[in-house]
Amino acid sequence: MSKPKVAFYWCASCGGCEEAVVDLGPDILKVVEAVDIVFWPVALDFKRSDVESMLDGELTVSFINGAVRSSEQHEMVELLRRKSGLVVAFGSCAHTGGIPGLANLFDRKAMFDEAYFNVPSVVNDEKTVPQEEYEAPEGTLTLPNLWNTVKTLDQVIPVDYYLPGCPPPVNLIAEAVSKILKGELPPRGAVLAPDIALCDECPRKETKPEKMSQKQFKRPHEIMIDPEQCLLAQGLLCLGPITRKGCGAACTTANMPCTGCMGPISNVIDYGMKALSAVASLADSNDEEEIEKILSKIVDPVGTFYRYSLPASLLHRYYQPAAQGGKQS
Amino acid sequence: MSTVNIPSPNGQPKIGVYVCHCGINIAGRVDVKETVAFAKTLPNVTVATEYKFMCSDPGQEMIQKDLRDGKIDRVVVASCSPLMHEPTFRRAMIAADANPFLFQMANIREHVSWVTLDKNAATEKAKALIAAAVKRIVLHRPLEKTRVPVTSDVLVVGGGIAGIHAALTLAEAGRKVYLVEKEPTIGGHMAKFDKTFPTLDCSACILTPKMSAVRAHPNIILWTYSEVAEVEGFVGNFKVKVKRKPRYIKEDLCVGCYECVEACVFKKGITKDEFNVGLSKRRPIYIPFPQATPLVAVIDPETCVQIKRNKCKKPCVDACERDAIDFDQKVEIKEIDVGAIILATGFKTFDASRISRYGYGKYPNIYTSLEVERMVNAAGPTGGEVHLQNGEKPKTVGIVHCVGSRDSKTNAYCSRVCCMYSLKLAHLIKERTEAEVYNFYIDMRTPGKGYEEFYEKLLKENVHFIRGRVAEISDWATIPEEEGKLVIRAEDTLIGAVRRIPVDMVVLSVGMEPHENVDEVRRLFNVSCSHEGWFLERHPKLAPVSTFTDGVFLAGACQGPKDIPDSVAQAGAAAAEALALIDRGYVELEPNTAYLQEEFCSGCKTCLGLCPYGAISFNDEKNISSVNGALCKGCGTCVAACPSGALQQNLFTDEQILHEIEGVISYV
Repeated sequence: MSKPKVAFYWCASCGGCEEAVVDLGPDILKVVEAVDIVFWPVALDFKRSDVESMLDGELTVSFINGAVRSSEQHEMVELLRRKSGLVVAFGSCAHTGGIPGLANLFDRKAMFDEAYFNVPSVVNDEKTVPQEEYEAPEGTLTLPNLWNTVKTLDQVIPVDYYLPGCPPPVNLIAEAVSKILKGELPPRGAVLAPDIALCDECPRKETKPEKMSQKQFKRPHEIMIDPEQCLLAQGLLCLGPITRKGCGAACTTANMPCTGCMGPISNVIDYGMKALSAVASLADSNDEEEIEKILSKIVDPVGTFYRYSLPASLLHRYYQPAAQGGKQS
Repeated sequence: MSTVNIPSPNGQPKIGVYVCHCGINIAGRVDVKETVAFAKTLPNVTVATEYKFMCSDPGQEMIQKDLRDGKIDRVVVASCSPLMHEPTFRRAMIAADANPFLFQMANIREHVSWVTLDKNAATEKAKALIAAAVKRIVLHRPLEKTRVPVTSDVLVVGGGIAGIHAALTLAEAGRKVYLVEKEPTIGGHMAKFDKTFPTLDCSACILTPKMSAVRAHPNIILWTYSEVAEVEGFVGNFKVKVKRKPRYIKEDLCVGCYECVEACVFKKGITKDEFNVGLSKRRPIYIPFPQATPLVAVIDPETCVQIKRNKCKKPCVDACERDAIDFDQKVEIKEIDVGAIILATGFKTFDASRISRYGYGKYPNIYTSLEVERMVNAAGPTGGEVHLQNGEKPKTVGIVHCVGSRDSKTNAYCSRVCCMYSLKLAHLIKERTEAEVYNFYIDMRTPGKGYEEFYEKLLKENVHFIRGRVAEISDWATIPEEEGKLVIRAEDTLIGAVRRIPVDMVVLSVGMEPHENVDEVRRLFNVSCSHEGWFLERHPKLAPVSTFTDGVFLAGACQGPKDIPDSVAQAGAAAAEALALIDRGYVELEPNTAYLQEEFCSGCKTCLGLCPYGAISFNDEKNISSVNGALCKGCGTCVAACPSGALQQNLFTDEQILHEIEGVISYV
């Protein structure tokens, strides 16, 4: 019997997810022993046509990382969806939009203006911007269309499972692969990670005081961080209480607050909203002005609370009225 | 995101939508017919209809009939505010054997018809709210009220006339009452007064029998010189710690014979006598006044040489034949369980020195009304004589109303008693001194039974009334007649002129204020305060002695300025409310409480400090939070804060709220 076939693909991502696969280390040999990796652009020389030539459903599973924000990515994930029995959204960007998802605070024009005109290091006197089509002597050249809105994978194609994290923790990847091979999967739509917040596994949990409220929120560079005390109790915006565990408390163990890459647990509908609500509850004052002062110390609240999940939020993106030329996709 | 959709027993939910006309209150703005037609188009709606008054019996019967006929199993009533009629419709559902929590109100009166003149907009908004209610009610689950047994003992805090009356009423009904008073004796302000308006009864004569009844009552445990230190628990089941300060006298042995007081090394008073509001001095060992209850001496640790320096000959000990003096007494903490609490902590009088232009504390012969109360009292420091600092009787006396009342710079409210007691003092001063008495008033407020008649009586007694707020009191004489006098300058608004009235003595009719530590007390008992600092009743008209904390009731002036009859009436009402609660034997708790989905709690402790009702604690064994449903009032603070969504609230789950929002938005 032939081995199950597996594909890895990347969309709008940084490549960290691919690293995470490599981080399996010697374990990757076990994976290769058990499966055939038939498509992995970052590592192996297969082409789109190779996938196209497969039968529908021939791939046992496709691990797709990155958010979806271009016509090319759209085509590729639809192709992979068709060819795969299972699709796993791999990493924060595919799961909840990730860092690229913060582009939803802007629109395509604003991004182009910034990247091609406004950045101080750019010299672009001819005001050249990428064109989707270009008539060259050799014929018409095309580039994929960049969407106005960054989307999560499941906003584009049906997704069977999610592996959270930026990147997903190695042990969760290994566990997921093993579950897929053994057919021991939870109900479709599940996030393949424990369903409880980080505090549960954080080594600092025991040091939490009874009263978590804060007179002042601080940033990591502003204080000498106590290596044992609960980070939130030190006034740092540690998002551990809002974030799914499963990373082995990697950041808090390394003396850095959790930034929330693992996303919310299953009964939180909107990560950033919950984070905002929870953190606002911790402002230690009943005086409106003082509360304002305490919360104003939080630099870039959207970037802080929706760092990995703006496209998956209830609002998806900043609102552009159609009358102002806004397009929601 | 899992959907908590409990389907009806027969599968799909069957929703009945009932749109109320409320006479023309709603129908005058909202097109009810169109709204009903719209409701019929909504998913899962099996009945949509209208009626003139849904809250009327026929209206309720419509719902009950549809429930019994199996046409519907969930009810949406589009009518007024839930505050108004939610209980009505829930009761109607119970009577039809339906669960009362499969019910939702769409408020199309207060939120719609009463706030717009635009009929079209009103109809559209009514539709949106009905769409929201229909979308939400699909997620409603049957809930049960829980019953908790009630402890039958009652705590009364404060031993003034309100606390005394409440305690006696409850004790007479056979309840065990703990009466806690912070002073060494009960009696409060009333014990200090000479006569009471408008009948001129002797205050002590009507109060002291009640005080001794308290002392003697087998159902009352009286703890004076004591304060409530801690309150835990909830309606029907409060756990209270009372701090009993050491009075250094064994209460059960002392008979109040005054031998120890007479024997004290200090042969005269050395410190301000609290009971005589500083008009006289008392010794370190003292009995507040002859009818003090309990009639037990007390030693002031601040001035007693033995306690302060441990070197006194202790003649008091030798003088006491009953060996009642005990310098080793320590603070004692008593723990009690009570089912209800009545707060009767009273008031303090306004500090007249805060209004410097009235010269209190600067000029001699300017007194507060409470000081004059003591002065005219036959048992007071002057034996009932009203005299000046030099011992002479005053020939002219000015009484200044509204000192610290009806004044935006101090207290904007009317203290309600000052007009009447000023009239009373005017009468008593005139009676004792035959002086000319001038009352300076803004408005004469005499709206009680027999009060206006008392005012009429005073008018006939040739007391002068000048209508105008006093501008200033000084000793600055401009004409020979003013030399050596206090000059009261006021605009007489009836004649339209500024007048200067020279007098020998001034009485400042000080208003009533909340105690300084009211915030502390408020927190202790978990009640709210108005912005002035008076304890806030649950409803100004329909629940005037209840608070927002079930089982905690208010009596007397701690809720707002009051005279004696009102305080007593309110104390009786509070006692009746407490009895109603206790005699039922159980309390029913609304199920709109927060609950913890334990498997999702990471033990982050975000919720711990937030609960205003102390319902959340940390379970150290499981390392997660824990909600006491009996304490939870359903405010939702913890639910909003819980970063894991592990805390949810019955009737307000995230999904129910989102569904409701979606309902509105999908319509709009």
